[in-house]
Amino acid sequence: MEFSYDAMRQFADSWGLLGMMAFFFTVIVMVLWPGARSKAEDAAQIPFKED
Amino acid sequence: MRNQVEAILVGVGAVLALVLAGLAADEGMRVHAWVLFGVLAIATWFLLRRVDFSKAKAIPLKADVATTEPFYNDTVVRYGVIATSMWGIVGFLVGIVIALQLAFPDLNIEPWFNFGRMRPLHTSAVIFAFGGSALITTSFYIVQRTTRASLFGGSLAWFVFWGYQLFIVLAATGYLLGITQSKEYAEPEWYVDLWLTIVWVAYLVVFVGTLVKRKEPHIYVANWFFLSFIVTVAMLHVVNGLTMPVSLLGAKSYSAFSGVQDALTQWWYGHNAVGFFLTAGFLGMMYYFIPKQANRPVYSYRLSIIHFWSLIFLYIWAGPHHLHFTALPDWAQTLGMVFSIMLWMPSWGGMINGLMTLAGAWDKLRTDPILRMLAMSVAFYGMSTFEGPMLSIKSVNGLSHYTDWTIGHVHSGALGWNGMITFGALYYLTPKLWGRSRLYSLRLVNWHFWLATLGIVIYAAVMWVSGIMQGLMWREVGPDGFLAYSFVETVQAMHPYYVARAFAGVLFLAGGLIMAFNLYQTIRGRLRDEAPMGQSVVEGAATPAE
Amino acid sequence: MTDKHPKKENKALEGALPEAKADPVARGLLANHGKIERNASLLLALSLGVVTIGGIVEIAPLFWLENTIEEVEGVRPYSPLELAGRNIYIREGCYVCHSQMIRPFRDEVERYGHYSLAAESIYDHPFQWGSKRTGPDLARVGGRYSNEWHVQHMIEPRDVVPESIMPSYSFLANADLVVEDPAAHLVANRRVGVPYDEAMVENAMADLTAQADPDADWSGLLERYPKAVTGDFDGDPTRLTEMDALIAYLQMLGTLVDFSTETPQQAAAVEEEEAG
Repeated sequence: MEFSYDAMRQFADSWGLLGMMAFFFTVIVMVLWPGARSKAEDAAQIPFKED
Repeated sequence: MRNQVEAILVGVGAVLALVLAGLAADEGMRVHAWVLFGVLAIATWFLLRRVDFSKAKAIPLKADVATTEPFYNDTVVRYGVIATSMWGIVGFLVGIVIALQLAFPDLNIEPWFNFGRMRPLHTSAVIFAFGGSALITTSFYIVQRTTRASLFGGSLAWFVFWGYQLFIVLAATGYLLGITQSKEYAEPEWYVDLWLTIVWVAYLVVFVGTLVKRKEPHIYVANWFFLSFIVTVAMLHVVNGLTMPVSLLGAKSYSAFSGVQDALTQWWYGHNAVGFFLTAGFLGMMYYFIPKQANRPVYSYRLSIIHFWSLIFLYIWAGPHHLHFTALPDWAQTLGMVFSIMLWMPSWGGMINGLMTLAGAWDKLRTDPILRMLAMSVAFYGMSTFEGPMLSIKSVNGLSHYTDWTIGHVHSGALGWNGMITFGALYYLTPKLWGRSRLYSLRLVNWHFWLATLGIVIYAAVMWVSGIMQGLMWREVGPDGFLAYSFVETVQAMHPYYVARAFAGVLFLAGGLIMAFNLYQTIRGRLRDEAPMGQSVVEGAATPAE
Repeated sequence: MTDKHPKKENKALEGALPEAKADPVARGLLANHGKIERNASLLLALSLGVVTIGGIVEIAPLFWLENTIEEVEGVRPYSPLELAGRNIYIREGCYVCHSQMIRPFRDEVERYGHYSLAAESIYDHPFQWGSKRTGPDLARVGGRYSNEWHVQHMIEPRDVVPESIMPSYSFLANADLVVEDPAAHLVANRRVGVPYDEAMVENAMADLTAQADPDADWSGLLERYPKAVTGDFDGDPTRLTEMDALIAYLQMLGTLVDFSTETPQQAAAVEEEEAG
């Protein structure tokens, strides 16, 4: 496999960027999904379970 | 049976150091091997004194210190609290010395205590000795509490602690001896880098091991920040540290990269040392200590998850903003600038999340100086993460780069954000770790708070004004079309500001000394008889929330 | 390794609102989301992946890009004495206060000379661009001052520049230059890409002493390292000191590329940067 600058740049500008954006927005959607609220509230209580 | 293996291993290490001192290929390695021998010999002596040949006892139900559950490995955390406080004082003190050297050059004592060798000592002492010890200490404490599991790996945690302290000693003595790679915030030479890599991998093993054996199904967000900090710093450190030693028995090495590549690799490292060491790791502290001290859960846990992913997505790209208008290609500069500006959003998201955790408990800021310290640290985080993106804009950077404005920016982040949140964490941890009902004195915390805040505000303001002045003087053109000022005239103009800056440092150090005294008294088990904080409080001193 | 929690799918929904439990989409999404938050190794891998990409995309191209690795006529590897001087420059932390990177601004070009080219630091392992100008930029300090001025300035900076805040470096004049194995330094540099040839390595020791020796024959040295500044530097021809090496380095900084044939395009580039 050849690691030319053009090939890397092309990957970075296309699939690499797309993949990262997709991952990022998936995370945001998941986090903001209405059902995630109660779970997040549970997790926020973790520090108070132990001293 | 305790300490035999450790004593033997450290003793063998001391002998090897002695052999290395004999075989060393250059003066740097020779002196450094002697330093290493001295440190290891002392360690061996201490370990031998503590060797215990009695049979292993059943683990007592109560640890030597009463309050914390024996279940957790907290002794290493206690050592960490002491090391952090000590390195803080050392780092601030060296900072004042070099600040005074800039104002009064006769304070340079050649060759070992000249500014050029002392400045890395200061930066490493505050970032890696003070900040690094704080991160290791708090992460060990937090990961145990939020996973409800003890530290993984038994005495590996001790190896991480002492191994890291050895790294600090070797790095610090190296700077004064003139052993440096000259890469800012990554100055230690190749063999010290290798040692840090080993320690860091052990740190990762302890941390991930503890996460894996957790009893809490969910991994609390503070641990995410700690994990990304450990992993990313490992990657940055290894790549930026790639060098070619002249001899395997010598100290000197040549960077694997040159010129533009080396510069970008260095600032990719340098900026992300700020992003992951001084930001992500300390955010882990914020997401634990602020909720605990305020006794209410983080404002929005979901925002904290978004904060995490956006921060680590964006930070890693921002490095080139340290190289605006240099020989670095334009596209890389622009990329760095765009990502730096975007970073402003997650940073302020995190700040809002931290501050709003106090919503409904704002009155506590009046009575609880520890909480006030934590809140102030988040405010400074917000301030410096606003200033940072601004400085990364090319036209602003054209003026600010190479001036003391940058130094002021760094200190509003380092003193305000990293310093204050660490102080808050130490104040929170000390009574808990040593089983005291409260700190020795909350009024002294209050003194520390105001001294530190005043120090930072003076520091940042002075460097801001003088930095802009410096930048403007450099580019000022007179009516005759020639430069208005010679370089040395701009140096001369800086003098009063350098004096004021040193004064600000003295205030900050004074606060640090008060803290050390307060923590010492707390550890000794003393309680100061004092009027409670706040005027209208009836029920007594606002002890740290449990 | 998270198989300790075999019923993790259900646990993800523990405490969730009844609507969420009933909603199949939420159920799927939440369960997956939970995976990231619950699985330490996945969290590790994902964060590492995310932070690596930036480095690959940003740094890797520089190793291929033409204009960053393009050679410019005149740039050559450092002579053994210059390299030793450069190592002293690094050892003393000069980069802490002095940059070696002139930006394409009118005032900088007027003050320090032609803006720095990427090619000029192509053999710099490590780079010395610096990040702070407590003192002036040194990228083109070579030839600006006499050797005597430098010696005086190093011994007591305030003798020549009364307002200077630079530390004194008088010890350099009294320290014999010790380079255990000059050839090994060239070889180490060659391993990371600096084109030191066999003749350079073989003559490393001889070149090191010859450059600062006023009575030496410099023809071989100058052939290997064109434009090298030769002769005694520290005012004491009988000794080879660290002062000799450091000044030999300073006197060649920025002198290798001939800018007298500067093209109008380059001048225009300065103006353009200024305007923009």
